[in-house]
Amino acid sequence: MGKLNMVKALNLALLQEMERDDGVVIIGEDVGVDGGVFRVTEDLHRQFGGTRVIDSPLAEAAIIGTAVGMALYGLKPICEIQFSGFAFQCFHQIENHAARYRARSQGRFHCQMVLRMPYGGGVRALEHHTESEEQFYAHIPGLKMVIPSGPRTARALLASAIRDPDPVIFFESKALYHAAKEEVPDEIETMPIGRARIDREGRDLTLIAYGAMLRVAREAAGVLQEEDGVEVEVIDLLTVSPLDRETLSASVQKTGRAVVVHEASRSFGPGAEIAASIMEGAFLSLEAPVRRVTAYDVPFVGFAREWVHIPDAARVVSAARDTLAY
Amino acid sequence: MPRTPIEPRFKIEYLSILDSEGNLDTALEPDIPPGDLKRLYRAMVLGRRLDERMVRLQRQGRIGTFAPIKGQEAAQIGSVFALRRTDWMVPSFRETAAMLWRGWPIEKLLCLFAGRLEGGQPAPDQHDLPITIPVATQLPHAVGLAYAAQYRGDDVVVMAYCGDGATSEGDFHEALNFAGVWHVPVVFVVQNNQWAISIPLKKQTHSATLAQKALGYGFPGIQVDGNDLLAVYAASREAVARARHGEGPTLIECVTYRLGVHTTADDPTRYRSDEEVKAWERKDPLPRARAYLEKKNLLDDGLEEQVDAEIARAVERFETMADADPLTIFDHVFAERPAHLEAQRAELRERLGADPPRRVDEERPLPTPMRGQRKTSRWAN
Repeated sequence: MGKLNMVKALNLALLQEMERDDGVVIIGEDVGVDGGVFRVTEDLHRQFGGTRVIDSPLAEAAIIGTAVGMALYGLKPICEIQFSGFAFQCFHQIENHAARYRARSQGRFHCQMVLRMPYGGGVRALEHHTESEEQFYAHIPGLKMVIPSGPRTARALLASAIRDPDPVIFFESKALYHAAKEEVPDEIETMPIGRARIDREGRDLTLIAYGAMLRVAREAAGVLQEEDGVEVEVIDLLTVSPLDRETLSASVQKTGRAVVVHEASRSFGPGAEIAASIMEGAFLSLEAPVRRVTAYDVPFVGFAREWVHIPDAARVVSAARDTLAY
Repeated sequence: MPRTPIEPRFKIEYLSILDSEGNLDTALEPDIPPGDLKRLYRAMVLGRRLDERMVRLQRQGRIGTFAPIKGQEAAQIGSVFALRRTDWMVPSFRETAAMLWRGWPIEKLLCLFAGRLEGGQPAPDQHDLPITIPVATQLPHAVGLAYAAQYRGDDVVVMAYCGDGATSEGDFHEALNFAGVWHVPVVFVVQNNQWAISIPLKKQTHSATLAQKALGYGFPGIQVDGNDLLAVYAASREAVARARHGEGPTLIECVTYRLGVHTTADDPTRYRSDEEVKAWERKDPLPRARAYLEKKNLLDDGLEEQVDAEIARAVERFETMADADPLTIFDHVFAERPAHLEAQRAELRERLGADPPRRVDEERPLPTPMRGQRKTSRWAN
């Protein structure tokens, strides 16, 4: 057991999965000698060599496209897209091929591959380096969309994603990379994909968050407890798609109130699907409409104005109070 | 300081062995055993006859839109013949003749073009990808397959097909660049059929040849007479051997011509002249190969009839194929069905139970005539 930040925890998962399966290869820009721009693949090139930790030319479509070919052959590629904002240059390979090969070939082929991408704001970065665009992937049939909330979940979910026979989009919050350290066990740990986690139990209101927004939700829950005496249940979604509707419904059946928090813009975002699934699963328990605390529907705000754009605890507290007073 | 020319200076070769006038360059003539020559010619005839049959099936509404191959038989059969069964073949969407050679049953392809996904399922021992429709996006897959084969130390060559239009796509560039950097055993066969729907080659590229594009990626490219079975095979055999011996990728540009429509929804009279088509009909790969076999006394009597009978039997098998259960649409989304798909499947099951679906062969409506369909009758055969 050691205390690791998210970067080190992810690196540990990569190392251990590469040790246990020689079909696992890493491909991306600067992932080899340089160890990745965020150092997530640090030292792996030295240990496993350049044919397993592939420093690719600078071309997102071919990183994903060649990885699809490798997966069709039976390898298990892990692709790093340097920033999720650059993934639109390979979006066609993800949607047209990685997600569809199992269906197109009627099960003869499938793409066991992980697409790691740093996402989200809070790191004073330029355009295309701060966005949160999980909704695009969550909408595509055939893909899984995973977003861990801290070092331990990141490590365990990445190991599960690598072993998952279907393509997994794996978002890593840049804001969380070095934010906190957690105890991460030395031995291999996995977590089921598609399962949310109750991060904090409560009976008055359900707060649903994932990735970097989990700490915002936790902070808000603390404030509501302290100032309003309200017991908030916090759900750490972990997998955006397939959505763990059962856990969401069970929680809202208990609390009757729900607020969803995400960094993605609001309209047609994950919050809409979450709200709809709560309507379907807990309608008769609802005491108030499901609220969404999200980024606004604007393309990009510049990091100087992120503080008004990305949800913070104060916005969540205010939405929760409105919901409780409804 | 002066400007200094940098070596190497590049050259591009054009290879022709058996021209449209029947002239044969015996020095370059590949030594193909008589049995193989007969099989190759038969495969070309099968490609042509099935193509014609499929156009009729489409006009009758028995299959949907597809991309005919008429005129490109030599480019496809000459290249695919260079592969072993254990090699991989990566098609785009106009490789019916090559796919048949690789062992795709006719009825399976018909099934695919009739809108039923089971037609796209390669057999378990088949090293073939199904067709890819978004142009050039299959090329990186071929490079990835070749990388994986090399990584595993397998004796495998990958042959990937695309058309002239595909060479304008970003994925073409990215795939060739990766192939060059990784030095993987892949052969790119560009069927330059002169037209990408209505866009002629001169609007597609200002490059003198497509073959020379390979040089920018550090591997050889060659242009061949794509209607010359012998030239296509000779170039492919050499490229496959290079790949197999660790000498990296090759690009083969087959100069050919799409004698028919782009797809059955296309009307080429809108964008190209009769004279042009007639000129290319004189270079048709089939009579050329036929004359070559005739001289060698290798032509079998009744070949066309045999091939037609094979097609007729396959069409019959296709038409009597049991219709798949609509619930199978949920079968191959994920390895294991997640809860939401279970729920949607249950919803459909209930709906089908209450209102049993019509069979595909019942009340099959004729498709709405496409723009210019009447005019295309000249192209239909």
